[in-house]
Amino acid sequence: MKLKAGIYWGAGCGGCDVAVLDVHEKILVVAEKMDLLFWPIALDFKYKDVEAMDDGYLDIAMFNGGIRNSENEEIAKLLRKKSKTMVALGSCAHIGGLISMANFHTKETIMSRVYLESESTDNPDSVLPLEKWNGGKEELELPRFHQMVKTLDQVVDVDYYIPGCPPVPDQIVSALSQVWEGTLPEKGSVIGAGTRTLCDECPRIKEEKTITSFKRTVEIIPDSEKCLLEQGLLCLGPVTREGCGARCINSNVPCRGCYGPLEGVHDQGAKMLSALASVLEPKEEKEIDELIGQIADPLRTFYRFSAAASILRRKKV
Amino acid sequence: MAVRIGVYICHCGTNIAGKVDIAKVVEFAKGLENVSLVKDYKFMCSDPGQALLQKDVEDGLIDRVVVASCSPLMHENTFRKATERGGLNPYLFTMANIREQCSWVHIDSGQTTDKAKDLIAAAVRRAFLLEPLTKREVPINPRTVVIGGGIAGIQAALDLAEAGKKVVLVEREPSIGGHMSKFDKTFPTLDCSACILTPRMVSVGQHANIELMTYSEVEEVSGFVGNFNIRVRKKARYVDSELCNGCGACWEKCPGTRVPRKGNVHEKLSLGPTTPIYMPFMQAVPAIPVIDTETCLYFKDDKHACGLCAKECERGAIDYEMKDEIVEFEVGNIIIATGFQTFDPSVIKRYGYGEIENVMTALEFEIMNCASGSTGGKILKADGGVPGSIGIIHCVGSRDKHYHDYCSRVCCMYSLKYSHLIKEKTDAEVYEFYIDMRCFGKGYEEFYDRLLTEDVRFVRGKVAEVTDVPTCKAEEGKLIVKVEDTLIGNVRRIPLDMVILSTGLEGHATLREIAKKCSVSVGQDGFLIEKHPKLGPVSTATDGVFIAGACQSPKDIPDTVAQASAASSAVLSMITREKIEIESATAEVDEDKCSGCKLCNTLCPYLAVKFDEEKGVSVVNQALCKGCGTCVAGCPSGAISAKHFEDRQIFAEIEGIFSGL
Amino acid sequence: MSFEPKIVGFLCNWCSYTGADLAGTARIKYSPNLRSIRVMCSGRIEPTFILKALYEGADGVLIAGCHPGDCHYQEGNYKALRRHRMLRMILPGFGIEPERVRLEWVAASEGERFATIVDEFTEEIRSLGPLKVRDSLEMVLSEDVILNLDTAMEEGGDANEA
Repeated sequence: MKLKAGIYWGAGCGGCDVAVLDVHEKILVVAEKMDLLFWPIALDFKYKDVEAMDDGYLDIAMFNGGIRNSENEEIAKLLRKKSKTMVALGSCAHIGGLISMANFHTKETIMSRVYLESESTDNPDSVLPLEKWNGGKEELELPRFHQMVKTLDQVVDVDYYIPGCPPVPDQIVSALSQVWEGTLPEKGSVIGAGTRTLCDECPRIKEEKTITSFKRTVEIIPDSEKCLLEQGLLCLGPVTREGCGARCINSNVPCRGCYGPLEGVHDQGAKMLSALASVLEPKEEKEIDELIGQIADPLRTFYRFSAAASILRRKKV
Repeated sequence: MAVRIGVYICHCGTNIAGKVDIAKVVEFAKGLENVSLVKDYKFMCSDPGQALLQKDVEDGLIDRVVVASCSPLMHENTFRKATERGGLNPYLFTMANIREQCSWVHIDSGQTTDKAKDLIAAAVRRAFLLEPLTKREVPINPRTVVIGGGIAGIQAALDLAEAGKKVVLVEREPSIGGHMSKFDKTFPTLDCSACILTPRMVSVGQHANIELMTYSEVEEVSGFVGNFNIRVRKKARYVDSELCNGCGACWEKCPGTRVPRKGNVHEKLSLGPTTPIYMPFMQAVPAIPVIDTETCLYFKDDKHACGLCAKECERGAIDYEMKDEIVEFEVGNIIIATGFQTFDPSVIKRYGYGEIENVMTALEFEIMNCASGSTGGKILKADGGVPGSIGIIHCVGSRDKHYHDYCSRVCCMYSLKYSHLIKEKTDAEVYEFYIDMRCFGKGYEEFYDRLLTEDVRFVRGKVAEVTDVPTCKAEEGKLIVKVEDTLIGNVRRIPLDMVILSTGLEGHATLREIAKKCSVSVGQDGFLIEKHPKLGPVSTATDGVFIAGACQSPKDIPDTVAQASAASSAVLSMITREKIEIESATAEVDEDKCSGCKLCNTLCPYLAVKFDEEKGVSVVNQALCKGCGTCVAGCPSGAISAKHFEDRQIFAEIEGIFSGL
Repeated sequence: MSFEPKIVGFLCNWCSYTGADLAGTARIKYSPNLRSIRVMCSGRIEPTFILKALYEGADGVLIAGCHPGDCHYQEGNYKALRRHRMLRMILPGFGIEPERVRLEWVAASEGERFATIVDEFTEEIRSLGPLKVRDSLEMVLSEDVILNLDTAMEEGGDANEA
């Protein structure tokens, strides 16, 4: 019997949906095993089609994107209700993703930046989006823009996570095959990724590390054989789950952490900070400050993908 | 099965109960999750107190134990043992410190009680997640290495050897004996230093259980308690110790010199021969000379013109081609007894040492007093004349914010000894410039009393300056000591013929290096840190590494000898056990999680974390690990965990602190 | 009632915890606002622990280790220092004053110093005011539309009204 599936995007860039399409001819295998009953980005289904389903009707729902507004949250809850298995697909649903860097700002500053201040904005009347508008025959509504980005599991119970920004297409297929083969691991597991950190699949030669300077990627052309961290590039590989095939690393670019931390690591950014601080060379406060001062935007470097899933979750207001 | 935690709250008489509302705390503890019984008792550490928890464990009422009482540093072990006697793994016990860090230090009873509740809630949460740990034992190699052959090392080596244990004694210098061999008399008894030291040195040289390595340095220490591997560099003496019989023919004919040829009496001070081939002093053990290649004509001259000593040596013991030799051996324990060096007073410019003639250090004065030294024990000025007045300046480099804060403990006493010797040997006037007289040892105050009757002038005040620039006729050709005499409240200028600087003791220049090799720490004062300042004075943070003598702090001879014997007895107690239990709360790598990033590889001070090339993962050598947890905090993948201090256990404690909000 | 800060301390076993015990033995009185967690070495203290303490309700966090050069495990305190310096860099991004996380060196013999540090730090935190990370988070979240799906559907699926 074919499995009934749904795919939905919350607050995201659509890259995860594209990644699903990027499985190329394997989509045929997927199509053979699954019926896609809901996938707004690709197929014309309505919310009411989902609402009409019995609870638990779908075998699997894959939710990508974070929870940024009330619509994201509503559909997440709806899909949770209608699905036997809920999968968080991609970094945003998994750990907040790039969009959760917005948590370092308040809703007000975001609105004002986007609608009033940005260099490309022409808004002489300083019009801001309204949640309700009653200008015509009927009242129009927009979903409420929430105060902060949440991960999927901060609003609904999540069964599995497929990490990545975006997830590697092959990994999506292999994760899905676990669904139809009935070989899914324990609930709450990350699927479609490895069990160690990226350094395990990184082909570069790794030595003992003592860091004496930090470089930005624009400043040097790194030696493609050697560990990037040892060359002063802030690579998050040591604190990031493997499974992507070291895509960035193989392009001579440091890992930015999109696959998230391993189990047992509570805060990806803080863990990287701890590990990195351990291997810095200086011992005097002044020299330490000088060295760490070379890190460009440390907050968003350490928490590029995981702000929403961090312990503190957002900038305190 | 559900976890059942027993919470025991100690009154500690009124120490805790006087400030903490025990009844309220008991009620609070009863309401905590997973707590199945709460008891309070007057003194938990007493036999009935321990029996209380032991019985509850025996009866199967509880499987985790929390005792809220004093500091774990006080009684953790006591209660661990009680827990174990009850039949439970001792690591399933934890403590809440509601005395030292609670009832004793706060004023408001309500706030103190609240704090006690939080600490107990934290301990209960932690207890819930505790895991049993297994005790681990390793066998102990009965051989010991003693590093340093001064009186401390000699004493420790002899104690062990007499007990029938094998010892390797490694000494940096060509002979054992250390500083004590440079002294003429020892305070306060004035016995002859050589007379009491030499027989011990000879015993060391002859003892079947002692392997003596002089002119040798420890290059590397690896391994762990019971199983250390030591690598020693035996420096080339250029004299074959198997062949040499110490006759002295070599130095008698040697044309070179190690002291300035045209130097004055003070510059030429020496105990042994001043030739490049020399013995440091005549009672040296072993009685085998070495060649100083810096001054030896054979080594200085490309054509190797000299070679006289080789010609003179009937036994053909001179070997100019000799090379350093590396020796490796295994031991079970290490005693560090590397001693001290004296403070270099040339950095205190205003005392003029090295600039003005007749300003000398205490150690130079010692050598001058030695009957076997270059002056034959006579006290002489640099020009060879007899001094008519001598000043002794105390606390040079000690008790001084600019140099060393600490008191060097021996300077007052050796200064008194000098006064006595000067009075005995010359008619000179003697001045002692002191801050406070510290005469704390057996017979010391009595010695001071005796000196007060020997016409020595004691001036209480820190010397400001020693100068040779006169301001009046009486000062011409003299050294002038400028000092505030605090007892009469005047600044005085006292003209003298000679000034002795009572330089303090400091950790040897190489101490940090040897400390690093042995994984022990050097404190801010520059001396080795003992395990506990009161209760662990000879052991260190590293199991199997012991310390004795002035490498730990400035000491006189009796204290040094006592500590050396203490160290050897601590080693003996280790050896006699044959096996030793090692730290259970170690770090551990989950090999399934480790990615081999090598970030942790440089973090371990004990080199316990190593990379296993075959498996491609880092591993923690359980025998070397001390459980500090630095690698755990440094592991980015969470693959290393700290047993007994796991992340989740610490998280639980944090949550516990706030659970009662 | 005046604001009583709650401070979490992470103390190394050998120097700072011993120093804190000494303050007790000497009966030196200090503010009752600190709750300490003992670890073997300041090198064990992870930034994660500090964030966790702040999240759970700490108004301040005190990290204490052996003086530089005196570490029982040789160099753990240097790692603590570097982690602390780095953590300070990112705290403002989370809206937390870096002064709320303090690192101090306390030797086993410095009972009095420990007490002074706790007193001073308590006053500093008192003047900074309550932190209340969790309360603030809950307040922010309460402004979001909290959906109760079942009620929403019954009322005609207009979720935003709910």
